[in-house]
Amino acid sequence: MGAQILGVTLTPNLMVFGGLATLSALCAVGVVAFPNAVRSALCLVVNFFLLAFVYFTLNAEMMGITQIVVYTGAIMVLFLFVIMLLNLGAPQALKEKLDFKTPLGLLLGVALFGLVGSQLLPTFVGVTQVQTTGALEAFGSPQAVGRSLFSDYVVPFEAVSILLLVGIVGSILLAKRKI
Amino acid sequence: MAWPAAVQAVVRALLLLLPVLMLVPGLIWWERRLLSWMQDRIGPNRVGPFGLLQPIADGVKLFMKEDITPSAVDRAIYFIAPAVALFPAFAIGGTMPWGPNRWLTPVADVNIGVLYILAISSLGVYGIVLGGYAANNKYSLMGGLRSSAQLISYELAMGMSLACIVLATGSLKMTDMVAAQEGPLWGVVPVIQNWFLFTPYGAISFVIFVICMIAETNRAPFDLPEAENELIAGYHTEYSSMKFAVFFMGEYAAMMLFGGILSCVFLGGHNFVPINWDGLAHSAPALSWVAGVFGNLNYYLAPIWFLGKCAGVITFYIWLRATLPRLRYDQLMNLGWKTLLPLATANFVVVALWILATRLMSESQGQTMGSILGFVAAIIAGSIIYLLWKAIFLSRKGDLLQPRDIDMVKPAVEARTVEMVDPNAGVA
Amino acid sequence: MNGVPLAAYLSLGLFMFVTGVVGVMIRRNPIVVFMCIELMLNSVNLTFISFARYSHAAQVSQDAAAHSAMAGQMMVIFVMAVAAAEVAVGLGIIMAIFRLRNNIDIDELNLLKG
Repeated sequence: MGAQILGVTLTPNLMVFGGLATLSALCAVGVVAFPNAVRSALCLVVNFFLLAFVYFTLNAEMMGITQIVVYTGAIMVLFLFVIMLLNLGAPQALKEKLDFKTPLGLLLGVALFGLVGSQLLPTFVGVTQVQTTGALEAFGSPQAVGRSLFSDYVVPFEAVSILLLVGIVGSILLAKRKI
Repeated sequence: MAWPAAVQAVVRALLLLLPVLMLVPGLIWWERRLLSWMQDRIGPNRVGPFGLLQPIADGVKLFMKEDITPSAVDRAIYFIAPAVALFPAFAIGGTMPWGPNRWLTPVADVNIGVLYILAISSLGVYGIVLGGYAANNKYSLMGGLRSSAQLISYELAMGMSLACIVLATGSLKMTDMVAAQEGPLWGVVPVIQNWFLFTPYGAISFVIFVICMIAETNRAPFDLPEAENELIAGYHTEYSSMKFAVFFMGEYAAMMLFGGILSCVFLGGHNFVPINWDGLAHSAPALSWVAGVFGNLNYYLAPIWFLGKCAGVITFYIWLRATLPRLRYDQLMNLGWKTLLPLATANFVVVALWILATRLMSESQGQTMGSILGFVAAIIAGSIIYLLWKAIFLSRKGDLLQPRDIDMVKPAVEARTVEMVDPNAGVA
Repeated sequence: MNGVPLAAYLSLGLFMFVTGVVGVMIRRNPIVVFMCIELMLNSVNLTFISFARYSHAAQVSQDAAAHSAMAGQMMVIFVMAVAAAEVAVGLGIIMAIFRLRNNIDIDELNLLKG
């Protein structure tokens, strides 16, 4: 069914993914291109929100919702908070100057994309999803993720909790005027 | 049900959204009337019987007003912000079961239901922050800043209080939560339903959740982002006409849906009263026909009971608004970070101990004994944690809501410098 | 989602990563540079999850399939946690610098140049 593009059948699933991917790629470009930091942050918010839906298309619903809670709900709000706080202190916006770095950076970016894409992507062309059977049935369910996190990965989990604690202490030390 | 999934989803979403949309004007009327009754006023009573058509008149006024766009605003963000504020307000009910029929409710019974609520409620901050930023107004910006700090702070405690209930239920599904509350109370009393409000840990979670819920919907006494006498209405100062109406509608829809979530998680969802009618018929056969009648009423009129609980929560909101003065910013932060979050975390430990004790004792002593011992373990653990907490704060010698350290002008001292003339001096 | 090839997800991840790299190179606002780093981390997360989903370990054994499906998602959880810690400390540093110098242009922060 449907038309063939580059040897791939055009299914509704592919069109949904195409829409999500195009929008999130545009937002990623927007993060870099907008001179206004608030607009950059907004683009990133939309990008992260759409990325959660890309995770949903991969059956990773737990990861998708964690993405929204952690990135869209907490980290980006923090970013916006700091941007607005700095705006309040210094009304003059940071001027982005056009100099030799911009074309050079773009050139290097295109080169990186071409290099990695041409070397790695051909290896994976034609790889499709295996049928969901047995262990993959509950691929992204909270039960499966939780069981794995608290059995096989319990040591890294504890290490990460210590890291977060250190992060909290560090950020309080940095942010407080006098202790 | 042979309908395609997409049609089913649309029907479910409309069944949730249309009542909310239609009830928002009624809500505004109720708030104005009740508030004026509490403040010894009459309130709107001219348009229609009891002023019931007042919200419609207000709506017409708002639509007809000139839509002013100030010249210095960031136009794109200024136009997006109301829509961004409205979306999470309506989307938050997506996993909320408002009736017992699983074909119609909830919109999506996903296995991440509680996380979905947390995720969507965390998006609520964007509308306010963007509105505040785009208006290019000092007060609006401060409203947005306050709001982002407030919502982040209270989200943590809210997540922790919900985590306690998730631990007790053993599932993230909202329907499982309602089902868990239909079981016997504390696993012992078969006639009464186990609403989480009636369990010791659930009661603490309930209080924390209610406070956080009010903070998340920016209602009094947590309405700092729109404090009218310091920030001249904060983030929506520069909004007029339709765009202001959209902000307003979003706030009321969020109030109502948060009320629904509170009922689902703590107040037994769509059940009318906490009586297990099947259990009653089983334990008292003489009353079985009464139990049957009430059981059917409970089942078939479930959305009405649910709506009644939402109305009760909204009345509570209005009552609070009429009663409590607004918190100061530092008090708000202290309450969120130093009181609610530690309390919710301690509560989490208590729930874990309760479940552990119940499981261990049930293996050796039987079901009933296990439940009772679990209850006792929870009480003991709770008291120990409370005493520890008290000890920490007693050692610091201070109230939780501390007055700010500024040099107040003391009227008594000021007055002493003025020459007092005794009017009776020359008389006697 | 069936019908979408793995290469599509990987291309999206690669594009986002490259955009992040370019952003880090050309922008002068440290907050935007931070956001670009977040973008790069997210593209890596996407790659992890898509590799986990498209793993063909089921052909080896059921156990290997379960293991490979979870390994990718666990990495994503840890990346998210590390990113959260990094943002908290990083924004704290930016605030501290701003308080000290009243300027956060990343090209002018060259005190250590000597």
